[in-house]
Amino acid sequence: MEVKKELQGTTLTVQISGRLDASNAAELTKELNTSLNGVKDLILDFNGLEYVASAGLRVLLTAQKRMNKQGSMKIRNVSDTVMEVLEMTGFADLMNIEQ
Amino acid sequence: MEQLIVEATVENLERVTDFIIESLEERNCKPKIIMQMELVIEELFVNVAHYAYKPNVGQCTVQREIEEEPRAITITFIDSGMPYNPLEHEDPDTSLGVEEREIGGLGIFLVKKNVDKITYEHKDGQNVLRLTKLF
Repeated sequence: MEVKKELQGTTLTVQISGRLDASNAAELTKELNTSLNGVKDLILDFNGLEYVASAGLRVLLTAQKRMNKQGSMKIRNVSDTVMEVLEMTGFADLMNIEQ
Repeated sequence: MEQLIVEATVENLERVTDFIIESLEERNCKPKIIMQMELVIEELFVNVAHYAYKPNVGQCTVQREIEEEPRAITITFIDSGMPYNPLEHEDPDTSLGVEEREIGGLGIFLVKKNVDKITYEHKDGQNVLRLTKLF
C-alpha cells in the first residue's frame, strides 16, 4: 500500500494505492489519525487501489464516523473489485462514492 | 491433497495466499474469483493468527484440493487453538446507518458471501474449517 496526502485549506486528499489489508490497515489508521485535525472535507482517492479486506473496511468506517462529526468524506476512483466488496458489505450505501 | 503448515502470524499471510492462488492461476481461473479467494483466505487466516492461540503463537495447517467437473477448490484451515466456530458469528446488519454499524464481524461475513459451501467442526482438539469454491 502506498499513501499520499495533500492538504489544501481544510480539504485533505488521501491517495491510497496497492492493497489495503490486515498487514497495513493499522498504518492507514495512523496516517489518518495524525492528519484529520481541522480537516472539514476528506477525499479518499482509490485510484490504483486493487484490493480491500475487512481490516481496511474498519478503517473506512472509523474515518466516516469521525468525518460525520467534523465535516464530510468522499471516496473517488473506486475499481470494480473494490466496489464489489463495498457493495457486499453495504458500505457503498453508507458512504459517498463518486464514480 | 496438498498442504502447507505455517506459524499462524499475519506475516505468513502472503505464503498462505500464494499456496492457494498458484493452484488457481495454473488453471486459468478468472481474476474476479482469484480476488474473492484472496479475500476469503485473508479473513480466515488472519482470524486464526489474531485469536486462536492468543497470547501465544501456534501452527495453522492449510490444505488444498482441486476437483474437476464441476471445477472447484476445497480449502481446509486447521488449528489447535481455542475452540471457535466463526460461522456462529451473527452477520452484521448491512442496512444500518454509519453510527449504528459496528466495527467488526465483517470478515467472516465476506467469507460466507464469497464461497459456495463452508463447514466447521471441532475434531480431536482442532478447529477444522472447510470451504469450497466453484471456479
